[in-house]
Amino acid sequence: MSTDASEFEGQGRRGTSSAADVLEGGTDDARAPEGILERYSSRYTSRGGTMDLPRTLGYVSVGLGLAGVLAPRAMSRLIGMPGNDGLLRFIGVRELASGAGLLTQRKATPWLWSRVAGDAMDLAVLGTGLRPSNPYRGRAAGAMLTVAAITALDVVASMRDSSQSSEVFRVVRKRQDKLIEHTVSVNRSPQDCYAFWRDVSNLSRFSPMLEKVTAIDEKRSHWVLRGPGGKKIEWDSEITADEPGERIAWRSISGDVKHAGSVRFQPAPGGRGTFVSAMMHFQPPGGHMATAVSKMLGKDPNHQVREDLRRFKSLLETGEVPSTRGQPSGRRGFIGRMTRDGRESREGALS
Amino acid sequence: MRANCWNGVRDLRVENVPDPKIINPRDAIIRVTSTAICGSDLHLYDGFIPTMLAGDILGHEFMGEVIEVGPGVTNLKAGDRVVNPFPIACGNCFFCQGEEFSLCENSNPNAWIAEKLWGHSPAGLFGYSHMLGGYAGGQAEYVRIPFADVGPIKVPEHLDDDKVLFLSDVFPTGYMAAENCNIRPGDTVAVWGCGPVGLFAIASAFILGAERVIAIDRVPERLRLAREHCKAETLDYEQVNVLEALREMTGGRGPDSCIDAVGLEAHGHGFFATYDKVKTATFMGTDRPTALREAILACRNGGTLSVPGVYGGFLDKVPFGAIVNKALTVKTGQTHVQRYMRPLLELIEQGRIDPSFIISHHLPLEDAPRGFQIFRDKQEDCTKIVLKPGMQRQTGTGQGQPKEPPVLH
Repeated sequence: MSTDASEFEGQGRRGTSSAADVLEGGTDDARAPEGILERYSSRYTSRGGTMDLPRTLGYVSVGLGLAGVLAPRAMSRLIGMPGNDGLLRFIGVRELASGAGLLTQRKATPWLWSRVAGDAMDLAVLGTGLRPSNPYRGRAAGAMLTVAAITALDVVASMRDSSQSSEVFRVVRKRQDKLIEHTVSVNRSPQDCYAFWRDVSNLSRFSPMLEKVTAIDEKRSHWVLRGPGGKKIEWDSEITADEPGERIAWRSISGDVKHAGSVRFQPAPGGRGTFVSAMMHFQPPGGHMATAVSKMLGKDPNHQVREDLRRFKSLLETGEVPSTRGQPSGRRGFIGRMTRDGRESREGALS
Repeated sequence: MRANCWNGVRDLRVENVPDPKIINPRDAIIRVTSTAICGSDLHLYDGFIPTMLAGDILGHEFMGEVIEVGPGVTNLKAGDRVVNPFPIACGNCFFCQGEEFSLCENSNPNAWIAEKLWGHSPAGLFGYSHMLGGYAGGQAEYVRIPFADVGPIKVPEHLDDDKVLFLSDVFPTGYMAAENCNIRPGDTVAVWGCGPVGLFAIASAFILGAERVIAIDRVPERLRLAREHCKAETLDYEQVNVLEALREMTGGRGPDSCIDAVGLEAHGHGFFATYDKVKTATFMGTDRPTALREAILACRNGGTLSVPGVYGGFLDKVPFGAIVNKALTVKTGQTHVQRYMRPLLELIEQGRIDPSFIISHHLPLEDAPRGFQIFRDKQEDCTKIVLKPGMQRQTGTGQGQPKEPPVLH
């Protein structure tokens, strides 16, 4: 199978991208998401071996293809069907295409199935060589047996690759739809970052989507989201994992929204502060509420989480969030009033 | 208050806008006493920098009197006279702590836009597009300064505005350009562009020990300043072939360092200059790197290319092969002004340089649009314009008085 597949599969197996883990809070260490460092370094260094089955079949295709294209007469005699030079050339070109696909494309599946289709065609052609009038039908029968064996290999490789690919797509799709993950480096200690995030009343300071988060007790808190048109969306949340200086995970337990998240604080290499990695999972309920929440998240929830982390960093490092809200400007034009900056400035009057 | 607002390409208007107020704890508000038009403001004027909005207040070179500080600012108080650096820097992040202030990670509220274009965002700047923060600039009567505990420095009363104003940008920018050349005794430095940054680069190169500086421009007044006040040898690129002349003047080897103080709106002539004009005029290109190409080709093997000139986007036909095969070092960046303000203020106090020599005009803030036009078109021997809020508009020519030549020791 292709190398990108193994990366995602490996990731899935370690549970780092699993929504279930985020929702459960992953209190046991085996299921806890790994730190951003280990994950990316392993993702980019553990390339699999080069001589896997699809690759081998690719080389076989290229060999057969070259033989068919360059020496069709010899090949047609070899398989007991002399005089079919044109057909052999065509088969050669087809094999070259399959081989090129298998050796150069990241996704092997369609090219493996193209080989299976080609095998079926070859068997049909060779079948015509078994007719009694063919003096070389013995050679044709031998060729058929060889092709049948290769066909079996092709089918095995194709089916195995297909099942792995769908697994890959499942994981990838989940990552895009629901799980959002970003990392920011903060010039403070993991302990400082953890303490600031752990005080839930701070959350709304760097996540402006939230109007207010108040602690109910040690574990539970009440969240209020600022809805469109002043409408409030509220839910209760509980902390499911709390490792001081290292990690916090939480999930909603009642209310309008199903939400879970976790944040990990890792010492950055070389003593350069902390890598803060947040993983968020949103699952808005159906109907009216879903619309409201998705509106709030904007077209790109990824952007929201990334900007929240950026504000978290600024607060920790400078004590404030950079802003131009309420600064003066001259008269804004049509385009300006469509942008956030344009709307948030105090416009002058016509002079 | 009154403020110089961008309203479109070559459309500036001085308008009535609300006064600025404190937004964050580390803010300060200053009353502007002097503010200058920068060569890089002309890129905004000509529409080369994206993400400008109608109504944006321009200006990033300014100084004045503190009138209000936020609760987080303890080193300044109302009444202090300060010069302000053009990049906004927090002083706390990885880059600020390494004194790379123009790369501050916490001062651009619109960092995500810059990240789309450049991969990462530099610091926010005053009055220089929304991609770089969208902060209201200083060509106004009042301006808000974020992180005021880090940026502005107090200046002594006996030095007038004209002497210290350029600590805000062009003097440190020219100085950093020369410092980036890593000048060693005996070095020859070539400088493209004799605008304010180029002139300060020439002066700074001599301060840092250069043996010779060769300056390249085409505007007679600028070449005269480079020659007479900065002691540079000069080349008029409309009269001579610059590459040939530099080769001859340096014994065939080429200058040890080349400084491109021109940036993305180079004029030049010849095939590539025309090519660039056509491309930028038809929105197929973003920059006109004529001076940059010439500086790369002129530089000696193993030399240094220093680029204080502003480039914004994607440059075409840049001879990168020459950079590799001649083993050039390339140094560039927006200026880390905060790093240079105090040492350069000392040079001014010692009388080693008087930066006011570049000023050709003092104009009232109300005349800002006309100032941009004459600065852009190099009319009236314009080299640098200082805008004064509250200054009376003159009837008639409205031209400021040229300053006496400076003395460079």
